[in-house]
Amino acid sequence: MKTLVWVEHDGKVVKDATLAVVTAASKLGDVHLLVAGSGVDAVAAEAAKIAGVGKVHVADDAAYAHALAENVAPLVVSLMGDHDAFLVPATSNGKNIAPRVAALLDVMQISDILSVESEDTFTRPIYAGNAIATVQTKDAKKVISVRGTAFEKAATSGGSGTIEAVASTGEKGLSTYVGSEIAKSERPELTSAKIIVSGGRALQNSENFHSIIEPLADKLGAGVGASRAAVDAGYVPNDYQVGQTGKIVAPEVYIAIGISGAIQHLAGMKDSKTIIAINKDEDAPIFQVADIGLVGDLFKIVPELTEKL
Amino acid sequence: MKVLVPVKRVLDYNVKPRVKADGTGVDLANVKMSMNPFDEIAVEEAIRLKDKGVTEIVVVSIGEQKAQETLRTALAMGADRAILIVSEEKVEPLGVAKLLAKIVEEEKPDLVILGKQAIDDDNNQTGQMLAGLLGVGQATFASKVELASDSVTVTREVDGGSETEKLSLPAIITTDLRLNEPRYASLPNIMKAKSKPLAQKTPADYGVDVSPRLTTLKVVEPAKRTAGVKVADVDELVAKLKAMGVAK
Repeated sequence: MKTLVWVEHDGKVVKDATLAVVTAASKLGDVHLLVAGSGVDAVAAEAAKIAGVGKVHVADDAAYAHALAENVAPLVVSLMGDHDAFLVPATSNGKNIAPRVAALLDVMQISDILSVESEDTFTRPIYAGNAIATVQTKDAKKVISVRGTAFEKAATSGGSGTIEAVASTGEKGLSTYVGSEIAKSERPELTSAKIIVSGGRALQNSENFHSIIEPLADKLGAGVGASRAAVDAGYVPNDYQVGQTGKIVAPEVYIAIGISGAIQHLAGMKDSKTIIAINKDEDAPIFQVADIGLVGDLFKIVPELTEKL
Repeated sequence: MKVLVPVKRVLDYNVKPRVKADGTGVDLANVKMSMNPFDEIAVEEAIRLKDKGVTEIVVVSIGEQKAQETLRTALAMGADRAILIVSEEKVEPLGVAKLLAKIVEEEKPDLVILGKQAIDDDNNQTGQMLAGLLGVGQATFASKVELASDSVTVTREVDGGSETEKLSLPAIITTDLRLNEPRYASLPNIMKAKSKPLAQKTPADYGVDVSPRLTTLKVVEPAKRTAGVKVADVDELVAKLKAMGVAK
């Protein structure tokens, strides 16, 4: 079986999310990559070094500069004559593009897989991760999105993929990129951070979030996350959100501070290796999944903790 | 301008799903069902666009007879009429997208607004599939929608921040959580909704084959986490963190 993997990149470097997908794809067969973008030679060269990679298809065209699904999907379809499966990371780009590809190929996509059981059988979470379904596809071509935290990352070196240019399918004229606002952060990216310190509604305001959560995160070299309540209340931007509708993370250590632990939040972090909860309500649901819990006032505990580390 | 809003009846988001002992699925007998939260946001957005040139809102649901309740809720919020495609069998996103494509051909809406994902299957596919089948533009995960006479400008939530795209009409939009705060239907509006038109159809009426492509072999509970310990104070927590190698 030949697989085609969507390479997630920012025009300069291959993003980590790609690496887990390469691992998932290698369980299905030969791994080919697709680097689509504008001026992506460096990305293609980096992609070719990923361990286990065969061909790297490069589509260099202004039409692909912002990964607009309307332009990218026909490109993928043009390559699917030679491939049996198309895999994407379950990132916002992957989730945007893959179902459009699936519809054009007339196949059902399998979203957010956790494991590859066989060539046509996969597991995936449903109901906010409260159930795990094993699904088998009857479709000849497979379109799959992969949960990054469920697979090991492929090594970024040791590979010797061959780079091959592919013809552009052109600008479809259905959509135009206007602009973007990407939050700048010096801290580790949430989905790949080893440690995450996350704050909830109990922080009360944005100032407290910055003065209490961030110093602890910086002390630990951790990424900073938030519950939906904290995002909705405007304490932090929404790309901090961890949960069913935010980011899915599985760090070594997840420290939940002032987060009650609603189903939708747990969906995004309950596969963390160690969960630590600090909450003044000893009956908060977060304590049912926490490995280590500390009941008390976060406004006293967290500064003390930061101080003592 | 006409807007089509597909809505889905799902297990209420506050209910903790219980996996059936025989591994065939999640137990949906005698549990509270509601409109998928992202679809409520879609209905709300369509209503808010009424003072921006939208003249008619058609809501559609595909599923069992009881999905009528979900459509009545949308009508009570402010939608004008409803279409129910009755299928006692579960219809996958691909089948739903194909049925919706037929309805789009028939109704010719300028905009279709869907939720970004249903909280039962967590698929996040239908809107994108519909856009692909129709060959029109898609703006997924919308947090802001600005409608003009022949285009729509949408701010989307993406990894790391937000992105803005402009689409020519007709177009497909899927809603993210932060697009708006859905309204509650008032009692008089709930009463009024009972007399709004609701057409009933079947997949066969549209000549669409909705037989599933995926077979669910089993559904199990996720691995349970082992019970943790509570520590008494910060010192004990610091000691644990040091023992784990997280802190020096």
